[in-house]
Amino acid sequence: MPGITREEVAHLARLARLELKPEELDHFAGQLDDIIGAVARVSEVADQDVPPTSHPLPLTNVMRADEVRPSLTPEQALSGAPAQEQQRFKVPQILGEE
Amino acid sequence: MTTTTDLVSYEDALASYDPVMGLEVHVELGTKTKMFCGCSTALGADPNTQTCPVCLGLPGALPVVNATGVESAIKIGLALNCEIAEWCRFARKNYFYPDMPKNFQTSQYDEPIAFDGYLDVQLEDGEVFRVEIERAHMEEDTGKSTHVGGATGRIHGASHSLLDYNRAGIPLIEIVTKPIVGAGERAPEVAKAYVRELRELIRALGVSEARMEMGQMRCDVNLSLMPKGADTFGTRSETKNVNSLRSVERAARFEIQRHAAVLSSGGTIVQETRHFHEDTGSTTSGRVKEEAEDYRYFPEPDLVPVAPAREWVEELRAGLPELPLVRRNRLREEWGISATDMQAILNAGALDLIVATIDAGADAASARKWWMGELARSANESGKALDELAITPAQVARVTELVAKGDLNDKLARQVIEGVLAGEGTPDEVVEKRGLKVVSDEGALTAAVDEAIAGNPAVADKIRGGKVAAAGALVGAVMKATRGQADAARVKELILQKLGVEG
Repeated sequence: MPGITREEVAHLARLARLELKPEELDHFAGQLDDIIGAVARVSEVADQDVPPTSHPLPLTNVMRADEVRPSLTPEQALSGAPAQEQQRFKVPQILGEE
Repeated sequence: MTTTTDLVSYEDALASYDPVMGLEVHVELGTKTKMFCGCSTALGADPNTQTCPVCLGLPGALPVVNATGVESAIKIGLALNCEIAEWCRFARKNYFYPDMPKNFQTSQYDEPIAFDGYLDVQLEDGEVFRVEIERAHMEEDTGKSTHVGGATGRIHGASHSLLDYNRAGIPLIEIVTKPIVGAGERAPEVAKAYVRELRELIRALGVSEARMEMGQMRCDVNLSLMPKGADTFGTRSETKNVNSLRSVERAARFEIQRHAAVLSSGGTIVQETRHFHEDTGSTTSGRVKEEAEDYRYFPEPDLVPVAPAREWVEELRAGLPELPLVRRNRLREEWGISATDMQAILNAGALDLIVATIDAGADAASARKWWMGELARSANESGKALDELAITPAQVARVTELVAKGDLNDKLARQVIEGVLAGEGTPDEVVEKRGLKVVSDEGALTAAVDEAIAGNPAVADKIRGGKVAAAGALVGAVMKATRGQADAARVKELILQKLGVEG
C-alpha cells in the first residue's frame, strides 16, 4: 500500500484552509496513512459486485411538497452572526487590493 | 478599462481557426419554496427574512428535497431529449466563499438526474443546428453579496461585504452542452439561438419565467479555438454570467477575436474565468485557474438518493406541452409564411399574442397584420413591449371581425385601435363614441360616386376606355368625400358599374 505523501497532506490542508506546520505535515501523513490503510481492508472483501455505500438506510425519494413554511425572523437568523450591518451578515474583505 | 485587448478581425480569426464552445446555463426554478427547505422564494423581500436553519447551514438541520423541484428537473431533461437517471444522488461541492453559509453548495456530481440529450435550435435564416446536451442537474442558488467600501460596489478594494441569504437555496437547474463543434463562423449565432430556444422551452414547460434580466437564467460561455482542420481542442476561457441573448452572441464573438489574436502571435491562452462587460462588449480576466478545481465532491449524506419511478417519468413525458420549435414550425406551415417572417414575429414577441387573437376568432392573416403592423409601430413609438399595450388579443379579434363584416374598413379599424390604446374603451365603445361606421347607405355612396365622376371627367374617360386601374383616383375622391367611412371595394364596384366597365 503506497503511503500518503507529505505533499498530499499539504494540498488537503490548503483546500481546507488549515495552516499546518512542517512537523504537522509529517505527523498527519502518518496518521492518515494508518486510517486509509484500515479502511482499505474493506476492499479486500468487497468486490466489484458490492457497490460503495453512501447511505446506510435503504431509503430513496424522501421529498416534501412545495409548500411555504415559516422562516426565521431576521433577528433570529442574524443572532449567531459575529457581525452584521443593514440586516445582513457582515464578513471581512473577500479579496485584497490588486 | 485601462488596458486594451488585442483583437484580430472576426473574418481573419475564422479563416485560420475553428471555434469550439460549451454553454452552461443556470435556470432558477419558479417553485414556491427553496430546494431543500420550506422558505419562500418570493423576490423583493427584506434581507434575511426568508432563511431557516437548513439554508443557513445551522448544526443539526436536515434538508428535504422539494418534490416540485425534482419534477421540474425531470421535465426539463425530457424536453431536452435526455435520459432520466434511474437512481442519482446529491453531492456536496465544497468551497470557501461567504455566499453559501454552509461552506458547500448542494449539487450533483457524477450522477446528474438527466444526461445525453439534444436541443435543435433554429438560426435566423431557418437553418437548424443540433446542440448536444451533456447533462442537466439539480442544485441550489447562492446568497447575494453587497461589497462595501470600494469603488462602484466591486469586490476589488471593498473593505467588507454584506450577505443576504434569501436567495441561498433557491432551486437551480444547470444545463451543460457537449462541446459545440462545426458551427464555424456561425458559432456566436448558435450560442444565442441555443439560449433563446432554451428560454422558450423552459417557459413552455412552465417551470420558470426564465427572465435573464432578473437573473432567473444565466449563461457561462466556454470557448476555445483550434487551427482549421485540427481535432484537438485548444485551451478554453470561461466567460461567466452573460445575462442577455445579445451578450451571449457578443461574448462568443469577442472571445473568438481575442483568442485568435493571442494564438496567431504565437502566444498561449490562459485557462481562466473572464467577465463580460455590457458597455464595451469586451471581456476581462477574472480568476486564473492555475490548477484543476478541487471541490472535494462527496455524496450528500443528509439527502437520500432520488430514484424517479419509470411510471412517473412516463407520466411527465406524456404531459409535456408541444415544444416551441415544433409549435413554431406547425404555425409557420398553417399560416404559410417564411422562416424570416416567423423570425420577425418571434423577435417582436408577437407569437403568443397572434395565436391568442386567432383563438379569439380572428383569421391568421389579419391577426398577423395588426400585431406586426399597426400595433408593432405603436409599441415601438411608446417604447413598450407588445404585450404591454393597452389592448387585448380578444379586442384585436373583435376589430378584425368588424372589418370582416364590412362595418369597418382598414382606415377606420386603425382609428378604433388607436382609440382602444388611448383608453377610450372596447372596440365597440370606440366605434360608438367616435361614430366610426362604414357608409353603407347606397344612396349616399351613389351620390358621392356621381360627384367624383363629374369632378374628374378626364379620369372617367380613361376608365371608360378600359383603364380600370385609373379607378383608384376616383375611389380616393369618394373616400375623401366620406371622410374615409366608405367601403373602398364597394365604391370601386359602383364606379365601374356607372362607367359601364366590368371590374
